[in-house]
Amino acid sequence: MTASNTRPGTTGGADVPGPLHGGPDDDYTPEQLAALPREELDRLGARYDGVEILHVEPGPEPGSALEKRAVRQVGTMFALAGLSAFAFVVVYAGAGWFLPNWEWQLGSSTWSVLYTPLLGLTMALAFTFFGVGLVLYTKKLLPHETAVQDKHDGSHFDRVTTGATLVGGLHNSGLKRRKLITRSLAFMGGGLGLMLLAPLGGLIKNPNRGNPLGTTSWAEGVRLVRDDGTPVRPGDQEPGSLETVFPAVPGGNRQTDAATMLIRLRPSQQADASFRAGQEDFGYGDYVAYSKICTHAGCPVSLYEQETSRILCPCHQSQFDVTQGAKPVFGPATRSLPQLPIAVDDEGFFVARSDYIEAVGPTYWNRERI
Amino acid sequence: MARTATAPGAPKTLAGRAALEVDDRLIVAGPLRRTLNKVFPDHWSFLLGEIALYSFIILLLTGTYLTFFFQASMTEVVYDGSYAPLRGVEMSIAYASTLDISFDVRGGLLIRQIHHWAALLFMASIVCHMLRIFFTGAFRRPRETNWLIGVALLILGIFEGFAGYSMPDDLLSGTGLRIMSAIILSIPVIGTWAHWAVFGGDYVGDLIVGRLYIAHVLIIPAIILGLIAVHLLILVKQKHTQFPGPGRTEHNVVGNRLFPTFAGKATGLLLVVFGVCAGLGGLVQINPLWLWGPYNPAQVSSASQPDWYVMFLDGSTRLFPAWDIYLPGNYNIPALFWPTVVLPGIIFTLLLAYPMLERKLTGDTASHHLLQRPRDVPVRTSLGLMAITFYVVLLLSGANDVIADKFDISLNAMTWIGRIGLIILPPIAYVLTYRICLGLQQHDREVLEHGIETGVIRRLPHGEFIEVHQPLGPVDEHGHGQLAYGGAPVPKKMNQVGGARRAIRGFFSPIEEPRAVELEQRGEERGLAPADPHRELTSSGRPSEGGRPSEGGRPSEGGRPQEPRD
Ligand code: HEM
Ligand code: FES
Repeated sequence: MTASNTRPGTTGGADVPGPLHGGPDDDYTPEQLAALPREELDRLGARYDGVEILHVEPGPEPGSALEKRAVRQVGTMFALAGLSAFAFVVVYAGAGWFLPNWEWQLGSSTWSVLYTPLLGLTMALAFTFFGVGLVLYTKKLLPHETAVQDKHDGSHFDRVTTGATLVGGLHNSGLKRRKLITRSLAFMGGGLGLMLLAPLGGLIKNPNRGNPLGTTSWAEGVRLVRDDGTPVRPGDQEPGSLETVFPAVPGGNRQTDAATMLIRLRPSQQADASFRAGQEDFGYGDYVAYSKICTHAGCPVSLYEQETSRILCPCHQSQFDVTQGAKPVFGPATRSLPQLPIAVDDEGFFVARSDYIEAVGPTYWNRERI
Repeated sequence: MARTATAPGAPKTLAGRAALEVDDRLIVAGPLRRTLNKVFPDHWSFLLGEIALYSFIILLLTGTYLTFFFQASMTEVVYDGSYAPLRGVEMSIAYASTLDISFDVRGGLLIRQIHHWAALLFMASIVCHMLRIFFTGAFRRPRETNWLIGVALLILGIFEGFAGYSMPDDLLSGTGLRIMSAIILSIPVIGTWAHWAVFGGDYVGDLIVGRLYIAHVLIIPAIILGLIAVHLLILVKQKHTQFPGPGRTEHNVVGNRLFPTFAGKATGLLLVVFGVCAGLGGLVQINPLWLWGPYNPAQVSSASQPDWYVMFLDGSTRLFPAWDIYLPGNYNIPALFWPTVVLPGIIFTLLLAYPMLERKLTGDTASHHLLQRPRDVPVRTSLGLMAITFYVVLLLSGANDVIADKFDISLNAMTWIGRIGLIILPPIAYVLTYRICLGLQQHDREVLEHGIETGVIRRLPHGEFIEVHQPLGPVDEHGHGQLAYGGAPVPKKMNQVGGARRAIRGFFSPIEEPRAVELEQRGEERGLAPADPHRELTSSGRPSEGGRPSEGGRPSEGGRPQEPRD
């Protein structure tokens, strides 16, 4: 109605509207609405939305001490928020320009240590002052009104008429009678569904091929080396100590299943040490080697308590006794740590005599079978 | 231009004309008015869901920022960034780029830490929100759908968080991933196949960080976003629940309109949540992963705990006994399977099904829009506390090594305390809660019947001492109150029914005249006898929150609503 129509052949939206279903525009003419004060219009609209304003407690008297005080408070909050925000920008942009550099340096000036906290503090203050100011504003300066809104359950009329439309459409489609169509549709749906899922097959791989879970890089003659690659010989370690060793293959120290603990038993430990059946000769002198991968959930077990001969897994506190073939003696682990059979090669360095004879790491469904 | 400016009601201001132009095209005035007029109940516990929403917004914003710098690749590189202690160390690109965010991106550490804190807050507020829904019965018909969506959000949140803190490929996250790998392996029959599908092979491979990344930044957030949208749409359709109180019925909502009051407060809350996260992110260090070092399968940091929302699973894993089940044919079900797959499966199934279970067991299939006070539904409340106790034992057990260390208890003792506590504490919690609920109920009824204890002792002519009780409403010939319990809080202190003057306003110095306050209050408490010190209050009990009269103008009384305020 505010537009002028310059194109012949169109009505520019100015033609006669179709029959309406009635509504507020029929109830109130523009003249009537224009005659109503704003508060009335507000309440009128609310009433159309099922909302009744029960009571309004006006905000503080304009010009009163109470109002002045509230305005001062809110204004202070907003100003402080602005100040903090600008402070953030100054710290952020100023570092390395007119402020010391922000970049972290080992044991250096306090500034680089303060940079992130200062950013966080100024940003926190900016947001919080703004938020608190806003809440104070609504609490102290806005009128407090209490409103009630009606809650409607679903409309019977809507349900019946919508149902009729839906059922009508279904009826017109004749799908109920035209069996060939419904059946071919179902067939097609199944096919399309499978087709869309099929590419996920790319994710599926056979875990049993090559037995990757049951084997590691340990093999006959593979040396036991430290993380830095140096080989170990008997006598390098104090009795009662533990060293983590890896197979001497490329990348052996980063393999997830190869880490092994080489332990030198104290004479007293060795005296009452027992081993799993058939594994009595897996050690070498007072040396034994056990897998470092916890049989519970695969964490590296790492805390060796000499006095109790126990190795503790930090993840769920399973404890393994090195004098009993690394049997779990406490906690959720169920199986002993697998033992690596070791020997010493011609040059006097520790080597493996074979791979582990069982799968290392956590238990799984068919572990016993491979 | 047609001279329509003079037509009645035509906008005269620039803003008005612009609004008309917009509405001519988009026809939004109607829906907008309906939105602005929507009434929101005014109770603090309704803010918990909002806090979840706002922290999710923070997560979206900060997370997007982090994607500018994070590189989800497991290719090994030699680090040469600003953090000297790790220079020259081999690590994955993922870890190196996280170090870069922390040390070489200006303000990057702040954003990274805000992101992590917001995630903790998000999960915490969802859980608190859920507890309020549970204990007040807000999940009952017709709101079961929103309950289901809520639980789905909770579960998705756990996965999202786990994926998030596993991506940087540091020593701590690698340990978590290692355990996740073992959990997948532990599933009977399909475990190894599932592991190969997720990791693309044996642990760890070089795919998993990339896969976690796409799940963390696209798949899960998209689902969460969609579910939140549906959650809120349903909420708008169904409207809010509310606590019972004067004038509040099953067919209305009493409170503030969205605009401006609720919008003002909600925006205020949003900003405060932003502020809290920014403050935590800047001032409180979280996950300083440069201290952990890059992931190395042969190393572990002691006291390696997951984020708190995963900790209950860590706890259940620690407590579960070493029970592998061996089946014929040399198959076995690993002990790990029960506490990490079956237990959470049961917990979340029960949680999802609770509204349906309660409907079945109580036979209550009606629609409810008025909330219940926990004491009035003792069985549900006690079940809830039982569940919370179970959960807290698991949660604490997730940190039992830290507790053992701090309090010098043996680790084995902690494990046994957890195992036994898990079984006997929940029933104790049930019984205690049940008793407390009944006690509170009884006290409510007593106050309604005999009135509030005034603390005034009177000596009767024959020497007996009695305490004067202030009836809350009309009394019968025996002096017994006739008010029925309506499911709303019953005032139990004299100043909750206006028996004491409100405090004079002013912080350092009073800003109002005590006399004026008294006059004002006398006007408000219309119907009370003039201020003589021995007045007997006879007004009906005013539901009270924190000692102040609640809003909710009491339309039921027909009189002028009294002092609505929040
Ligand atoms: C991303 C997480 C979530 C967000 C952003 C969220 C947001 C919200 C918001 C803003 C409300 C309205 C305010 C309120 O009543 O507190 C609400 C209501 C509701 N929420 Fe959530 N929520 C989330 C998770 C949950 C969870 C975990 C549950 C339960 C398991 C849940 C169940 C409900 C129900 C049943 C309602 C309607 C109850 C009423 O109106 O009183 N929500 N949600
Ligand atoms: S991984 Fe070692 S106890 Fe769980």
